[in-house]
Amino acid sequence: MSETESDTYGLMAEFETPEELLEAAKLAYGKGYRTMDAYSPLPIHGLAAAIGFHRTNLPILTFILALTGAIVGYGMQYWIQVIDFPVNIGGRPLHSGPMFIPVTFELTILFAAVGTFVGLWIRNGLPMPYHPVFNVAGFERASQDRFFLCIESADPLFDAEGTRSFLGGLNPVEVSTVDQ
Amino acid sequence: MNEELIRQSEALAPQLDSSRKKAFVCGLLFAALTVVGYFIDHGQFFQSYLLAFIYWMSLSLGCLLLLMIHHLAGGRWGFAIRRILEAGTRTLALMLVLGVPILLGIHELYEWSHEDVVAADEILQKKAVFLNSTSFVIRYFVYFLVWFILAFLLNKWTAAQDATSETSPTRRMQILSGPGTVLFVLVTTFAAIDWIMSLEPHWFSTIYAAIYIIGQLLLTWAFAILVGVRLSRHLPLSALLTNERLRDLGTFMLAFVMLWAYTSFSQFIIIWSGNLPEEITWYYARLQGGWQHVGYLLVAFHFALPLVLLVSSRLKARIPILTAIAAGMMIMRLVDLFWITAPAFDKTGLTLHWMDLVIPIAMGGIWLSVFYGQLKKRSLVPLNDPRFDFAALADEVDAHG
Repeated sequence: MSETESDTYGLMAEFETPEELLEAAKLAYGKGYRTMDAYSPLPIHGLAAAIGFHRTNLPILTFILALTGAIVGYGMQYWIQVIDFPVNIGGRPLHSGPMFIPVTFELTILFAAVGTFVGLWIRNGLPMPYHPVFNVAGFERASQDRFFLCIESADPLFDAEGTRSFLGGLNPVEVSTVDQ
Repeated sequence: MNEELIRQSEALAPQLDSSRKKAFVCGLLFAALTVVGYFIDHGQFFQSYLLAFIYWMSLSLGCLLLLMIHHLAGGRWGFAIRRILEAGTRTLALMLVLGVPILLGIHELYEWSHEDVVAADEILQKKAVFLNSTSFVIRYFVYFLVWFILAFLLNKWTAAQDATSETSPTRRMQILSGPGTVLFVLVTTFAAIDWIMSLEPHWFSTIYAAIYIIGQLLLTWAFAILVGVRLSRHLPLSALLTNERLRDLGTFMLAFVMLWAYTSFSQFIIIWSGNLPEEITWYYARLQGGWQHVGYLLVAFHFALPLVLLVSSRLKARIPILTAIAAGMMIMRLVDLFWITAPAFDKTGLTLHWMDLVIPIAMGGIWLSVFYGQLKKRSLVPLNDPRFDFAALADEVDAHG
């Protein structure tokens, strides 16, 4: 039993319409399943909430990076213009606050944007050349005209027989085992 | 379906009518104070009157521009607030009348209108082709003529749209709105130069009128949110102006907060870094003698605070917070226009006269009474717009409880 479960990534149910997928996701969540994912060729309103998607702390990372960018941007100019290499240009003040704003702004955006992009990749484990869900025959239709719900074996409630019969009861086109 | 929407709108008419009366009474009371003020201090009266005029004028014009943008771009937010915008454009006739004191007080406000001043100033002589009393008055009526034509046609065709199932009125509104937007921005640019920038006739900035127009739209978003929140509690708008749509309006307001800050700061940094005598005087007057504190106030409450609050999708989804931001923005727009106009008259330092508050409130009361009077005249949602199926939306709302 334990050996088959470790060989199995999860169970995948295939649906013909977004409504069926949404309904199935809600039922699975209601049944107590948490480690699952839905695959659809188009955004389905309410699906993210149905599979229990919650806000991540990525915005906090973005905010910290933005703040860092702002401090680096302003600090760098201050250090160059006032401390390291002060040059008197026509009597203008060395610390020209307003003139520092554009670069500060740009670096804020740069740090936040690049940092969020990199953070997103790391958190999602990208790049990912291999993923078990592609072992399912016909899964490429997830980007064309079919809708999939995958309950993963990592879920505490996962049980090869029980989960299969649960998914089978949701009126899917097919339920397939996803090999690891 | 349409009969039901009309019936629901009519059920709200007594409420709107009571707002109209309250606004009118408030307007009249403060107008009485305004009359007293006129006899106490002539000069100050006209200065405060100009502030009130350009403030409420910017709301009328903002409604017109946003209405045309809605016809061009579509989107549910536009259908939700369209009747608010249309009623806003129908205040233009009132503003034409309320602007007459500016024309009568031209010598109190604009130094270029004095022949002896112009005779002693070579720069003003060169500018006299444009800046002279006669052409100022003529241009005033030309601007209003253009705005009137745009507002009149859009209001006429929207009424036609309500009465027919044909698509031609909708097409006409879309076709007009493209060139209409261009014409509007052109005409309003000249109006901003005439009425506000020429208070300091030696000074010039090419982005100045754009800042004023962006401020108009910012004020309009805030106003639409405030009226919209109120109407969204009742049918028929409760189905359309949901909390998500109100949050969308908040997002639009955020965009214009940033646009306002971007253009205002661009003007500042170009002039500040250039530091040329003919340009820097404008900021020189506004960054000392107490006026700098008004400037800091603008940075904090016209930009930083609304930015931080509106960036958070959770905060702006909370209606009391969104309402508070919109109300704050209505006030800060007045502060911004005060900071732009008042230092032009008073070079000795920050002074706030009681008329600077009383006259905007008086004019606002009258503006709002006309606005509410116009708003209750029509169904609160557009009927028969082929781009928007209200019946389907109502079903959707029913289906979800």
